[in-house]
Amino acid sequence: MKTNDVILQTVAKIVVFIILTFSVFLFFAGHNNPGGGFIGGLVTAAALVLLALAFDLETIRKVVPVDFRKVMAVGLLIALLTGIGSLVLEVPFLSHTFGHWDLPLLGDTELATATLFDLGVYLAVVGVTMTIILSIGEDH
Amino acid sequence: MMNNLLIMPLLVPLVTAVVLIFFNRQIRLQKWISGLSALANVGVAGYLVHVVRQEGIQTLNMGGWAAPYGIVFVADMFAALLVLTTTIVSAACLYYAFGSIGKEREKFYFYPFFQFLIVGVIGSFLTGDIFNLFVCFEVMLISSYALIVLGGTKKQLRESLKYILINIISSALFVASVAYLYAVVGTLNMAHLSVRVAEAGQGGVLTTISVLFLIVFGLKAGLFLYFWLPGSYKVPPAAITAVFGGLLTKVGLYAIIRTFTLIFYHDPYITHTLIGWLAAATMLLGVIGAIAYWDIHRILIYNIVAAVGFIAFGLAAANQAALEGAIYYLVHDMIVKALLFLLGGTIIAYTGTATIKEMGGLMRTRPVLGWMFFIAAMALVGVPPLSGFIGKLLIVEGGLQAGFYWITGIGLLTSLLILYSMMRIFMNVFWGVPKRPLSEPKKGTGWLLLPASCLVILTIVLGLGAEWIYPYVNQAGETLLNPDQYIQAVLKE
Repeated sequence: MKTNDVILQTVAKIVVFIILTFSVFLFFAGHNNPGGGFIGGLVTAAALVLLALAFDLETIRKVVPVDFRKVMAVGLLIALLTGIGSLVLEVPFLSHTFGHWDLPLLGDTELATATLFDLGVYLAVVGVTMTIILSIGEDH
Repeated sequence: MMNNLLIMPLLVPLVTAVVLIFFNRQIRLQKWISGLSALANVGVAGYLVHVVRQEGIQTLNMGGWAAPYGIVFVADMFAALLVLTTTIVSAACLYYAFGSIGKEREKFYFYPFFQFLIVGVIGSFLTGDIFNLFVCFEVMLISSYALIVLGGTKKQLRESLKYILINIISSALFVASVAYLYAVVGTLNMAHLSVRVAEAGQGGVLTTISVLFLIVFGLKAGLFLYFWLPGSYKVPPAAITAVFGGLLTKVGLYAIIRTFTLIFYHDPYITHTLIGWLAAATMLLGVIGAIAYWDIHRILIYNIVAAVGFIAFGLAAANQAALEGAIYYLVHDMIVKALLFLLGGTIIAYTGTATIKEMGGLMRTRPVLGWMFFIAAMALVGVPPLSGFIGKLLIVEGGLQAGFYWITGIGLLTSLLILYSMMRIFMNVFWGVPKRPLSEPKKGTGWLLLPASCLVILTIVLGLGAEWIYPYVNQAGETLLNPDQYIQAVLKE
């Protein structure tokens, strides 16, 4: 018998976007406030898992057609490269810096290299979580 | 002195591992990348040893945050030597794996996991922060879980379950011990810990915590608590067992030596005596295992256990000679154990069985393998002028100086029995006539002897070149005996 999950699917379609937006907010909140790449990545993964629950794994693969193992590797690589950047600049490994820029629309904005590192963490977390869940989920 | 060189031996395998994930399908390319990076890392580690020799202990404060608040990497000579040995041993095992590991494992990320394992091992040697030590242990262990289960045969799954269970328990205990230690002295930086413990005096509580650490590291090193080891090291293929046998238990030993020379050295009457008797028991039980079995892998695995006991005994005696001996023997043992497992794997590949009773006459068809095994066995036992001799001599000398007559006696008896166990393999495998038709070796197995022969040469060099190597070991031993040098380098008071 096919289960009737119209309500779940309808709600999920909307809620997924709220969760994704929130994850972006959390990601940028990091650095100075609670949040950051790790928690942002987990929340993004939660949104994708909700999709997987409401629909199925095939839908996920169609909606997000990426290899999550590669996403994890890209994340690790970005995080590593920000570390290696400090080798090139001859400051201690993993050193970070920040500065203020006048950007259009946003005005005076603080840009920190730590955000790049966090982006790596974000991708790695999404990649790992989704790899784990998808491999367990498809194992019948 | 601030030096980014310290992170390089860890960064090279880490970047390699990440890059390898992208080339999951191109196995040939994976081999090229990991092979070249392994060789490059030997060079980097060699340079690190050279710099430490020239300029003393090197430190690196991650992100520019000063110790004890930030995370610090420290390379004294002891750590640098072990890093160099690790890169050499892992490179040899990697090249052996090229010819022996098989497509099935290569497809499932064998090479990235291998590199991550090296990251964990090297990180454990270099970190100067006890919580970071835990993190590096975990990196190493998680990769080792993956390597032990790759292939997924029934017995692998059974043994890896035990292996993971025992390691999760000991890791939990590790974090708990770190928490206790932090609660008592309020720091996690090892140099700072040393200062604080010295200030507070190592009373009953701290000694108890130190014994907790001894249990944790003892579980990882196989010091007395080795019951999990023979089963789980037996199931993966030779290249992986060689890396495990050569490196993993040694990381536990390194942690024991580091904590009990740098932090908990104030109450040797309790802690070091305890280590001494654990070492004696480990040697005896290990060597009994080594002469009890007919399975070549099991014999070699129990030899790991016996050697762990012997090195720990060097720490228990804790004087200049004994510590230098322990360092020398540790380096020697990493090389020679990996070598023996590689040769054991080759023997099994040629004869098609692991039981030495069923082998025989291999000397006629494979004389090179035979002589290499003979040299490795002699080095393991400590026949001069090979590499095991100097380490053993120094440990025995230190043990007698420290008044551990009984345990020194046990150590010498153990050596004799190890000689017996190795000769039993040699005679059964290489002498006599073949008891069963030799299975025709697969194409390309001749290649397997190349990495092993590099390690054979190294054991000879370590023995004959002792005069040239001794100053390095001497410097390492001096730092272990004088924790102040380490503290000064890290905290720069």
